[in-house]
Amino acid sequence: MSLEDSLFGVHGKALQLRSQRLELIASNIANASTPGYKARDIDFDTALAQATKSQGGTVAGALKESMGYRVPLQPSSDGNTVEMSTEQTLFAENAVKYRTTLSFLEGRLNTITRALRGE
Amino acid sequence: MDKPLSIFEISGRAMSAQLVRLNATASNLANAGAVSGSEAGAYRAIRPVFRTVADTPGIATVQVERVVTSDTPATKRHDPNHPLADKNGDVWEAGVDTSAELVDMVEASRQYQNNVQVMQTAKSLMLETIRLGK
Repeated sequence: MSLEDSLFGVHGKALQLRSQRLELIASNIANASTPGYKARDIDFDTALAQATKSQGGTVAGALKESMGYRVPLQPSSDGNTVEMSTEQTLFAENAVKYRTTLSFLEGRLNTITRALRGE
Repeated sequence: MDKPLSIFEISGRAMSAQLVRLNATASNLANAGAVSGSEAGAYRAIRPVFRTVADTPGIATVQVERVVTSDTPATKRHDPNHPLADKNGDVWEAGVDTSAELVDMVEASRQYQNNVQVMQTAKSLMLETIRLGK
Protein backbone atom coordinates (compact mmCIF):
# COMPACT_ATOMS: atom_id res chain seq x y z
CA MET A 1 0.00 0.00 0.00
CA SER A 2 1.41 3.34 -1.03
CA LEU A 3 1.66 6.30 1.32
CA GLU A 4 -1.06 8.08 -0.64
CA ASP A 5 -3.45 5.16 -0.16
CA SER A 6 -2.79 4.83 3.56
CA LEU A 7 -3.26 8.58 4.12
CA PHE A 8 -6.29 9.24 1.98
CA GLY A 9 -7.93 5.82 1.64
CA VAL A 10 -10.25 5.54 -1.31
CA HIS A 11 -10.55 9.30 -1.80
CA GLY A 12 -7.25 9.88 -3.60
CA LYS A 13 -8.12 7.47 -6.39
CA ALA A 14 -11.74 8.65 -6.38
CA LEU A 15 -10.65 12.23 -7.01
CA GLN A 16 -8.45 11.17 -9.94
CA LEU A 17 -11.31 9.18 -11.45
CA ARG A 18 -13.76 12.05 -10.94
CA SER A 19 -11.42 14.43 -12.76
CA GLN A 20 -10.97 11.94 -15.62
CA ARG A 21 -14.72 11.53 -15.90
CA LEU A 22 -15.12 15.32 -15.98
CA GLU A 23 -12.84 15.37 -19.04
CA LEU A 24 -14.76 12.52 -20.66
CA ILE A 25 -18.09 14.30 -20.33
CA ALA A 26 -16.50 17.59 -21.43
CA SER A 27 -15.36 15.75 -24.59
CA ASN A 28 -18.90 14.57 -25.21
CA ILE A 29 -20.25 18.10 -24.79
CA ALA A 30 -17.53 19.49 -27.08
CA ASN A 31 -18.51 17.01 -29.79
CA ALA A 32 -22.25 17.58 -29.48
CA SER A 33 -22.52 18.62 -33.13
CA THR A 34 -19.86 16.43 -34.74
CA PRO A 35 -21.53 13.95 -37.10
CA GLY A 36 -20.85 10.32 -36.20
CA TYR A 37 -19.35 11.02 -32.77
CA LYS A 38 -20.11 8.31 -30.21
CA ALA A 39 -20.42 9.54 -26.61
CA ARG A 40 -18.42 7.58 -24.03
CA ASP A 41 -18.48 7.37 -20.28
CA ILE A 42 -17.14 5.22 -17.46
CA ASP A 43 -19.06 3.16 -14.94
CA PHE A 44 -17.78 4.83 -11.81
CA ASP A 45 -18.38 1.92 -9.40
CA THR A 46 -16.46 -0.53 -11.60
CA ALA A 47 -13.69 2.01 -12.12
CA LEU A 48 -13.28 2.69 -8.42
CA ALA A 49 -13.28 -1.01 -7.58
CA GLN A 50 -10.59 -1.58 -10.23
CA ALA A 51 -8.45 1.39 -9.17
CA THR A 52 -8.47 0.44 -5.49
CA LYS A 53 -7.66 -3.25 -6.03
CA SER A 54 -4.88 -4.28 -3.68
CA GLN A 55 -2.91 -5.84 -6.53
CA GLY A 56 -2.01 -3.71 -9.53
CA GLY A 57 -4.91 -1.30 -9.32
CA THR A 58 -4.17 1.80 -11.41
CA VAL A 59 -6.33 4.69 -12.54
CA ALA A 60 -5.38 4.19 -16.21
CA GLY A 61 -6.25 0.49 -16.07
CA ALA A 62 -9.51 1.21 -14.28
CA LEU A 63 -10.52 3.69 -16.99
CA LYS A 64 -9.82 1.13 -19.71
CA GLU A 65 -11.83 -1.56 -17.90
CA SER A 66 -14.89 0.52 -17.14
CA MET A 67 -15.31 2.59 -20.30
CA GLY A 68 -18.29 2.11 -22.55
CA TYR A 69 -20.40 3.84 -25.16
CA ARG A 70 -23.54 5.72 -24.20
CA VAL A 71 -26.79 4.19 -25.44
CA PRO A 72 -28.82 7.08 -26.88
CA LEU A 73 -32.46 7.49 -25.91
CA GLN A 74 -33.31 8.84 -29.34
CA PRO A 75 -30.69 8.06 -31.99
CA SER A 76 -30.09 10.95 -34.38
CA SER A 77 -29.77 10.56 -38.14
CA ASP A 78 -26.19 11.86 -38.34
CA GLY A 79 -24.90 9.05 -36.08
CA ASN A 80 -24.08 11.37 -33.18
CA THR A 81 -25.03 9.87 -29.82
CA VAL A 82 -24.51 12.94 -27.60
CA GLU A 83 -27.70 13.95 -25.82
CA MET A 84 -27.27 17.32 -24.18
CA SER A 85 -29.71 16.74 -21.32
CA THR A 86 -28.01 13.48 -20.31
CA GLU A 87 -24.50 14.93 -20.57
CA GLN A 88 -25.34 18.09 -18.65
CA THR A 89 -27.00 16.16 -15.85
CA LEU A 90 -24.07 13.78 -15.51
CA PHE A 91 -21.57 16.64 -15.72
CA ALA A 92 -23.31 18.49 -12.89
CA GLU A 93 -23.60 15.32 -10.81
CA ASN A 94 -19.95 14.53 -11.33
CA ALA A 95 -18.91 18.07 -10.37
CA VAL A 96 -20.87 17.86 -7.12
CA LYS A 97 -19.34 14.48 -6.32
CA TYR A 98 -15.88 15.86 -7.08
CA ARG A 99 -16.55 18.56 -4.47
CA THR A 100 -17.76 15.89 -2.04
CA THR A 101 -14.55 13.92 -2.44
CA LEU A 102 -12.60 17.16 -1.98
CA SER A 103 -14.28 17.81 1.34
CA PHE A 104 -13.55 14.25 2.49
CA LEU A 105 -9.89 14.88 1.62
CA GLU A 106 -10.01 18.18 3.44
CA GLY A 107 -11.20 16.35 6.56
CA ARG A 108 -8.43 13.79 6.30
CA LEU A 109 -5.84 16.53 5.84
CA ASN A 110 -7.11 18.38 8.91
CA THR A 111 -6.92 15.21 10.99
CA ILE A 112 -3.38 14.48 9.86
CA THR A 113 -2.23 18.08 10.38
CA ARG A 114 -3.65 18.12 13.90
CA ALA A 115 -2.02 14.81 14.69
CA LEU A 116 1.33 16.12 13.44
CA ARG A 117 1.02 19.28 15.53
CA GLY A 118 0.12 17.22 18.59
CA GLU A 119 -2.83 19.42 19.50
CA MET B 1 -0.58 14.52 -30.04
CA ASP B 2 2.41 15.19 -27.80
CA LYS B 3 0.71 15.99 -24.50
CA PRO B 4 -2.73 14.98 -23.26
CA LEU B 5 -5.63 17.33 -23.81
CA SER B 6 -6.68 19.34 -20.78
CA ILE B 7 -10.29 20.12 -20.11
CA PHE B 8 -9.59 23.75 -21.08
CA GLU B 9 -8.30 22.69 -24.48
CA ILE B 10 -11.28 20.41 -25.02
CA SER B 11 -13.82 23.14 -24.32
CA GLY B 12 -11.69 25.97 -25.76
CA ARG B 13 -11.28 24.32 -29.13
CA ALA B 14 -14.95 23.39 -29.22
CA MET B 15 -15.75 27.06 -28.59
CA SER B 16 -13.55 28.13 -31.52
CA ALA B 17 -15.29 25.59 -33.74
CA GLN B 18 -18.72 26.86 -32.74
CA LEU B 19 -17.52 30.41 -33.39
CA VAL B 20 -16.50 29.47 -36.95
CA ARG B 21 -19.99 28.05 -37.39
CA LEU B 22 -21.55 31.23 -36.03
CA ASN B 23 -19.43 33.33 -38.40
CA ALA B 24 -20.50 31.19 -41.35
CA THR B 25 -24.14 31.63 -40.35
CA ALA B 26 -23.63 35.40 -40.08
CA SER B 27 -22.10 35.51 -43.59
CA ASN B 28 -24.99 33.49 -44.97
CA LEU B 29 -27.64 35.65 -43.35
CA ALA B 30 -25.85 38.83 -44.44
CA ASN B 31 -25.88 37.63 -48.03
CA ALA B 32 -29.41 36.20 -47.91
CA GLY B 33 -30.91 38.99 -49.97
CA ALA B 34 -27.98 39.43 -52.37
CA VAL B 35 -28.83 39.39 -56.06
CA SER B 36 -26.58 38.44 -58.96
CA GLY B 37 -26.83 38.74 -62.74
CA SER B 38 -25.85 35.12 -63.40
CA GLU B 39 -26.48 31.74 -61.73
CA ALA B 40 -22.76 31.10 -61.26
CA GLY B 41 -22.24 34.48 -59.62
CA ALA B 42 -24.97 34.00 -57.01
CA TYR B 43 -23.92 33.59 -53.38
CA ARG B 44 -24.13 30.06 -51.98
CA ALA B 45 -24.41 29.29 -48.27
CA ILE B 46 -21.18 28.19 -46.59
CA ARG B 47 -21.02 25.61 -43.84
CA PRO B 48 -18.18 24.31 -41.65
CA VAL B 49 -17.45 20.57 -41.40
CA PHE B 50 -16.67 19.42 -37.86
CA ARG B 51 -14.23 16.64 -37.12
CA THR B 52 -13.35 14.90 -33.86
CA VAL B 53 -9.75 15.21 -32.67
CA ALA B 54 -9.23 12.11 -30.55
CA ASP B 55 -6.64 11.83 -27.81
CA THR B 56 -6.58 8.93 -25.34
CA PRO B 57 -9.76 6.79 -25.57
CA GLY B 58 -12.80 8.86 -24.72
CA ILE B 59 -10.93 12.17 -24.48
CA ALA B 60 -11.54 14.15 -27.64
CA THR B 61 -12.08 17.69 -28.84
CA VAL B 62 -13.41 19.05 -32.11
CA GLN B 63 -12.03 21.14 -34.93
CA VAL B 64 -13.27 22.61 -38.19
CA GLU B 65 -11.83 20.45 -40.95
CA ARG B 66 -12.90 22.69 -43.81
CA VAL B 67 -15.63 25.08 -44.83
CA VAL B 68 -17.75 23.84 -47.72
CA THR B 69 -20.15 25.65 -50.04
CA SER B 70 -23.60 24.13 -49.83
CA ASP B 71 -25.55 23.09 -52.91
CA THR B 72 -28.70 25.07 -52.12
CA PRO B 73 -29.57 26.36 -55.60
CA ALA B 74 -29.88 30.06 -56.34
CA THR B 75 -33.43 31.14 -57.04
CA LYS B 76 -34.24 32.67 -60.42
CA ARG B 77 -36.53 35.70 -60.33
CA HIS B 78 -37.90 37.49 -63.33
CA ASP B 79 -37.29 41.19 -62.82
CA PRO B 80 -36.50 43.02 -66.09
CA ASN B 81 -36.25 46.40 -64.35
CA HIS B 82 -33.42 45.26 -62.09
CA PRO B 83 -30.09 46.84 -63.11
CA LEU B 84 -28.32 43.43 -62.82
CA ALA B 85 -30.87 41.52 -64.90
CA ASP B 86 -29.48 39.38 -67.74
CA LYS B 87 -30.72 39.49 -71.33
CA ASN B 88 -33.79 37.40 -70.45
CA GLY B 89 -34.66 39.82 -67.64
CA ASP B 90 -33.80 37.36 -64.89
CA VAL B 91 -31.82 37.89 -61.66
CA TRP B 92 -30.49 35.20 -59.30
CA GLU B 93 -31.03 35.39 -55.58
CA ALA B 94 -28.52 33.91 -53.13
CA GLY B 95 -29.01 30.22 -52.30
CA VAL B 96 -29.57 30.70 -48.58
CA ASP B 97 -32.26 29.00 -46.52
CA THR B 98 -32.90 31.76 -43.97
CA SER B 99 -34.90 29.68 -41.50
CA ALA B 100 -32.33 26.87 -41.51
CA GLU B 101 -29.61 29.48 -40.88
CA LEU B 102 -31.51 30.93 -37.94
CA VAL B 103 -31.96 27.47 -36.42
CA ASP B 104 -28.26 26.81 -36.90
CA MET B 105 -27.41 30.12 -35.26
CA VAL B 106 -29.44 29.27 -32.15
CA GLU B 107 -27.88 25.81 -31.93
CA ALA B 108 -24.34 27.14 -32.32
CA SER B 109 -24.81 29.78 -29.65
CA ARG B 110 -26.38 27.26 -27.22
CA GLN B 111 -23.48 24.89 -27.69
CA TYR B 112 -21.01 27.71 -27.23
CA GLN B 113 -22.73 28.46 -23.91
CA ASN B 114 -22.55 24.80 -22.89
CA ASN B 115 -18.80 24.80 -23.42
CA VAL B 116 -18.41 28.03 -21.46
CA GLN B 117 -20.32 26.41 -18.60
CA VAL B 118 -18.07 23.33 -18.70
CA MET B 119 -15.03 25.58 -18.52
CA GLN B 120 -16.38 27.60 -15.61
CA THR B 121 -17.17 24.46 -13.62
CA ALA B 122 -13.76 22.94 -14.36
CA LYS B 123 -12.05 26.18 -13.36
CA SER B 124 -13.82 26.46 -10.02
CA LEU B 125 -13.16 22.78 -9.24
CA MET B 126 -9.46 23.26 -9.98
CA LEU B 127 -9.23 26.36 -7.82
CA GLU B 128 -10.91 24.51 -4.97
CA THR B 129 -8.43 21.67 -5.38
CA ILE B 130 -5.51 24.11 -5.23
CA ARG B 131 -6.86 25.54 -1.98
CA LEU B 132 -7.04 22.06 -0.46
CA GLY B 133 -5.48 21.91 2.99
CA LYS B 134 -5.12 25.68 3.44
